[in-house]
Amino acid sequence: MSSETKQILTTDGIPLEVSLKKAEKKNKIKAFLLVAPLLLFLIITYVFPIGEMFSRSIDDKMITNMLPKTFNEMEKWDGQELPPEEVFAAFYYDFKVLVEKQEHGKLGQRLNKEKNGFNSITKKLFRQVKRKKIDESIGIKEQIMAIHKRWRNVEYWQAIKRTAPPYTMAKYLKGMDMYYAADGSIVQVEEDRRIHRILWLRTLEIALLVTIFCFLMGYPIAHLLATLPMKYSNLLMICVLLPFWTSLLVRTASWMILLQQQGVVNDFFVMIGLVSDDSRPEMMYNKVGTYVAMTQILLPFMVLPLYSVMKTISPSLMRAGKSLGGTPFVAFWKVYFPLTIPGIGAGCLLVFILAIGYYITPALVGGASGTLISNQIAYHMKTTLDWSFASAMGLMLLTGVLVVYWIYNKLVGVDNIKLG
Amino acid sequence: MGKNPEFVKFDKVDKSYDGKVLVVKDLQLDIAEGEFITMLGPSGSGKTTCLMMLAGFETPTHGEILLDGNIISNIPPHKRGIGMVFQNYALFPHMTVYENLAFPLRVRKVEKDEIDKKVDKALSMVSLNGFETRMPAQLSGGQQQRVAVARALVFDPAVVLMDEPLGALDKNLRESMQYEIKHIHESIGVTVVYVTHDQSEALTMSNRIAVFNDGKVQQLSDPAELYEKPVNSFVAEFIGENNTFNGEVIDIDKNKCKVKLANSEILANPISVKSKGEKTTVSLRPERALINPTDKMDNMFTGKIEEVIYHGDHTRVRLNLLESSEFILKVPNSTSNLELKVTQDIKIGWNSTDARALDPK
Repeated sequence: MSSETKQILTTDGIPLEVSLKKAEKKNKIKAFLLVAPLLLFLIITYVFPIGEMFSRSIDDKMITNMLPKTFNEMEKWDGQELPPEEVFAAFYYDFKVLVEKQEHGKLGQRLNKEKNGFNSITKKLFRQVKRKKIDESIGIKEQIMAIHKRWRNVEYWQAIKRTAPPYTMAKYLKGMDMYYAADGSIVQVEEDRRIHRILWLRTLEIALLVTIFCFLMGYPIAHLLATLPMKYSNLLMICVLLPFWTSLLVRTASWMILLQQQGVVNDFFVMIGLVSDDSRPEMMYNKVGTYVAMTQILLPFMVLPLYSVMKTISPSLMRAGKSLGGTPFVAFWKVYFPLTIPGIGAGCLLVFILAIGYYITPALVGGASGTLISNQIAYHMKTTLDWSFASAMGLMLLTGVLVVYWIYNKLVGVDNIKLG
Repeated sequence: MGKNPEFVKFDKVDKSYDGKVLVVKDLQLDIAEGEFITMLGPSGSGKTTCLMMLAGFETPTHGEILLDGNIISNIPPHKRGIGMVFQNYALFPHMTVYENLAFPLRVRKVEKDEIDKKVDKALSMVSLNGFETRMPAQLSGGQQQRVAVARALVFDPAVVLMDEPLGALDKNLRESMQYEIKHIHESIGVTVVYVTHDQSEALTMSNRIAVFNDGKVQQLSDPAELYEKPVNSFVAEFIGENNTFNGEVIDIDKNKCKVKLANSEILANPISVKSKGEKTTVSLRPERALINPTDKMDNMFTGKIEEVIYHGDHTRVRLNLLESSEFILKVPNSTSNLELKVTQDIKIGWNSTDARALDPK
């Protein structure tokens, strides 16, 4: 016992642990300096932008800064009936400042998102303030209420109160087709307006099916690659990699040429008499196009990890399985297949994660029924300019991928992944 | 004995991979039941191809292979019931030792109790009891080797093929495994076809050895005969160490011939030479030449020591003798050993019966 608890000393009397740390310090610093550029790169290109996205997605400070006095007064208001004179006055003075800074338009837009109808009544209020029609010496509440009947509606004031906190989860709720009701509770949007939920499910479905298709097609190819003699396998490898080296856009465009109604594939179907000329099937601008093009484009990501794992499996194992009495199928299923699971795991994870965030291909060949959540994100970034909503959905996608990764780790174990 | 002397039969088997070169040429080989036969040869001599044809992983280009009187060329490997030990063991890395051994029994739908019994028996045969739950990666090379042997034997196959199974082991382990495999063979009496390029392994283990070269069996005989009486210069060269002299027969009678070297003449035992004027290679085992021979020997020469190498149990001496500086002597190390020094001249002698005049190299 005593020898275990006693500290071991070096010949110089320094504790062994201290001496070891000293000896390894230099190496540790060296190792850290080696990875430091990469670490910096990751922080700049990954951690920082994601942090930025996150803060943008929940940021609601703009309106908080616009109406400081109003929110201050609103804290005393219970939110049940029309607010008292002080709130109206505070709102008026805040608004006046905005008019001077010419920022009243932004306020109107922001409030309009919270509740329809704000745009026009803030414009009306703006005209009154601009013309200095509001007498500051008498009751402001009555004057504002006289401008438009909506100013007399308590719901509009409740909407303003809801925008008070500097942070909001509203964008995330919107991404899941939900919103804050007037009383602050979370409710779902009407059934016929739930577009995002459909998109999420479709994204998941397409990613899953593309992964399965890639697996079904990639497994035999990878097996051939790993077992064929060098001169054939090199050629096959080039066939697998050639599309990989071709621009994504070119490949997608060539699928458009192939799959369109007057395209090569349809012509062929008509030629062999599979379909008649006037009932050519639509294979593009729908899910079919997305499946076909994405499977082809993501196939190398399945083949390569599978190949690298299969390459390490000695052919004598299959022979051993057969010589011990297993039929070729038993030898494959009991011996070969279990050994390829690390490659299957890596390939499926890679393809699934790439597919779930795929953008260009669904945008070009997907049409209305074949677009994914990433297309929606792009739409909000480029068209509606609602960057905070785009950020929120981007983060939801990232979270989804991390969840998939976590589940995968529980099922297969990340240690079992082999990329080569 | 009632044992079938033609249990495995290669009948005029040819094998070519590319249609141009024959890897195995007109192979005629009978293997008796319960025999331990070794196919020995340099790499590329066709020995592994023969094994693979027997196992069913390669098909003969011409000829038939018979197992217990039945032609097996059209039977797939998994129905031949031949056990095989592979070069790198080929243990299934994702299965425990128990599962590895149970595999051939499970595919044969053997009862669970029976499997347990057989696995236990096979493991005790290679003294690996208690290793059932280990994974192959947790075993040492020698242990993996034993598991591979046990797995090839656990389903009681009629024939077990071993393809250089000891190649990856270190020298000491290899030697002890040689004895172990030999003992297993003796105790269960299974027919073993063993492939190796290591001649000492072949000599230690086999009942008979088939020396392969260039797709043909050069000599098929028991170890002692193979070493003592090689029938051609390839076998003499390949098995054991060998001193050779190239020359021409100038005189020949029934059991003696005179061979003329560049500047001298030696007496030899005519094996493959028939008449005067033939070129020949005379082969002499290093241990058959003696220093300062006391008996009367019909070949007596003087040579100069070029090199002395200490080998523990014996000393190798390289001599310059009869215009060749590659003459090797093996001298056992004993207390009465001679003081051998480089540049010293010594007398060497041997009997002409030990110098075999074979085909020219």
